[in-house]
Amino acid sequence: MTDNSWLKSALTHALTKPLTHLVNLEKPLNFADYCDAGGYVGAAKALTTHSPQEVLTIVNDAKLKGRGGAGFPTAMKWSCVPSLQKNSVPGDSYLICNGDEMEPGTFKDRHLLEGVPHQLIEAMIIASYTIGANKAFIFLRGEYHLAAKRLQQAIDEAYQNNWLGSNIQGTNFNVDLHLHASAGRYICGEETALINALEGKRATPRAKPPFPQVSGLFGKPTVVNNVETLSNLPHILKHGSDWFKALSPDSDAGTKLYAACGQVKNPGVWELPMGVSIRELLYHHAGGMPDGVTLKGLLPGGASTDFLTAEHLDTPMDFDSIAKAGSRLGTGGLIVLGDQHCPVAMVLNLLQFFAQESCGWCTPCRDGTPWAVTLLTRIEQGQGSEDDLQQLQQLCDFMWLGKTHCALAPGAVEPLKSAMRYFKADFEQHLTLGCCPYKHPPNADESAILTAESVPTVTPEELAND
Amino acid sequence: MQPIDKQSDIIPSVTIVDAMISDSAGGSASNGTDENTCLQNIDFRQYLTAAEIKAIEHDVTIMGSREAAGIEALKVVQQHRGWISDHSLCAIAQCLEISSAQLEGVATFYNLIYRQPVGHYVIHLCDSISCHLCGYDDILHTIKQHLGIEYGQTTADGEFTLLSNACLGNCDKSPAMMINDHHYHSLTSSSVVAILNGLSQHVEPADDR
Repeated sequence: MTDNSWLKSALTHALTKPLTHLVNLEKPLNFADYCDAGGYVGAAKALTTHSPQEVLTIVNDAKLKGRGGAGFPTAMKWSCVPSLQKNSVPGDSYLICNGDEMEPGTFKDRHLLEGVPHQLIEAMIIASYTIGANKAFIFLRGEYHLAAKRLQQAIDEAYQNNWLGSNIQGTNFNVDLHLHASAGRYICGEETALINALEGKRATPRAKPPFPQVSGLFGKPTVVNNVETLSNLPHILKHGSDWFKALSPDSDAGTKLYAACGQVKNPGVWELPMGVSIRELLYHHAGGMPDGVTLKGLLPGGASTDFLTAEHLDTPMDFDSIAKAGSRLGTGGLIVLGDQHCPVAMVLNLLQFFAQESCGWCTPCRDGTPWAVTLLTRIEQGQGSEDDLQQLQQLCDFMWLGKTHCALAPGAVEPLKSAMRYFKADFEQHLTLGCCPYKHPPNADESAILTAESVPTVTPEELAND
Repeated sequence: MQPIDKQSDIIPSVTIVDAMISDSAGGSASNGTDENTCLQNIDFRQYLTAAEIKAIEHDVTIMGSREAAGIEALKVVQQHRGWISDHSLCAIAQCLEISSAQLEGVATFYNLIYRQPVGHYVIHLCDSISCHLCGYDDILHTIKQHLGIEYGQTTADGEFTLLSNACLGNCDKSPAMMINDHHYHSLTSSSVVAILNGLSQHVEPADDR
């Protein structure tokens, strides 16, 4: 599909939708077409007109923040690599692209990986050059088979055209790029667990410090960046940091890949200026709620973020605003819950995921997440008690930050704790009705409710006397 | 309290004949060592095929470490044989000069490494939140009814194994599943039956994306 009309129209969005204007999910651009569309210009500029230190300064000026969930400033992460610090001796280092997109409700990186693989390769050349890495890896989740195929094709083309390998474009810079497809585990998305996985080990997170930038893969300085974060680099190099900041004048710099899934009319991914409101994302881009369904709540940035509700609809989707509203921007993908689906069942599903994907290294997570599943199952089935609710609250404390080895269990706590706050009435209704009110609507099945409410206190004889 | 069983750890006791699987998955046909050989007597050069060893050594070269090639080696052998038997595990460990216990720790950690026999088609049904909100229960019910198996089981003819999968990243087109290397999305009860009926042994599924 080097269909001219498609490309022509795509190029008109080059300055407003830098990340996605060249995305073609049917047939991504090959090397020659990507170059014709302005590809590898950013990398050429970095390698031929800037020192690594200058690229770092440009990225720092652009105020690029990591798009993997934590929102850590990219340049600050890079600047911890010893070779970029003053008076240091350059040494081997590694760049790893974190393409282990496995957060439930998150599918933005797949869009870039399948739709414009050369953009990521170009970005990784720039990042490798900056941090002095001669070896780079794309750590891709094992289930992304189509992305793997397309990335490998693009990598092969980049080698053939001397954009990877030795003496790239005659600049004396060398970098080898390898694709590693994971064998599947959510925790691999945690950067130190990812490094262990790449070393052929169980993907348990490492203790920090030392941070990977100092001692990462095989003990060498290593930078791990998300796919979307890296994909901004060619455009920042090409158009400058002022342009990047101007993309979202009132918010964090740059555009963001936002997404919506769950109970919405038109689920999808959209590249928008950072700081778009939840309302605009949900009602304008995602088409709003399905007919007859009212918004109950939503997770703003993937499974491990706190619920927000209708009162937060005007909150801008940027790191600070979402944090002030009591949640996290995370990956920027809304998971939307309507009023006809049980919030307890939703949280149970989320906790089942976290329990299954816990690496088992630390007790609060290994034991806490399955325990929460047991309690939530009991409540959802109508067999829960006030005691179970209290235990859930305690678990939220036991599994919180500072008590666990990594952020997986705190990530599980976020939707759980916020659900118990916003949907308290639903939790309690499960207890009082003795069943899930969403599966057994009170008006539709009077007898079930009568049984559930009456049996413990009223005997059949007493009923007969009435 | 009970830990959550990983689906891949609870594969069935009743439904599959080992011999049939090792046959259909290629087994160890190209060499002189069969699965009856005592584990201690395995010589990986005899057990693994030349193609398997070549692919493993390629990854060793890329990673610059034998241990680091462990996950790729497991995937390579699984690609050829369908699953990782005890014999395969010991042969790979020997090839990589690591203990089989260490490799077992790795093999059992990852969701996509099968330590028990699986069918020709492995169905990974996404059970994460977007699919849960968009009709997962019905799809699961349909698959179970149609194939007569539960999660973790394989059909008696060795065609299908049913496993769950954490979010497949198809949340914009839920519900979704993966069969071998291919993703299917926007599933309905009727489309999932049509997909399963359309698959037969040794015919690779076509990606619908």
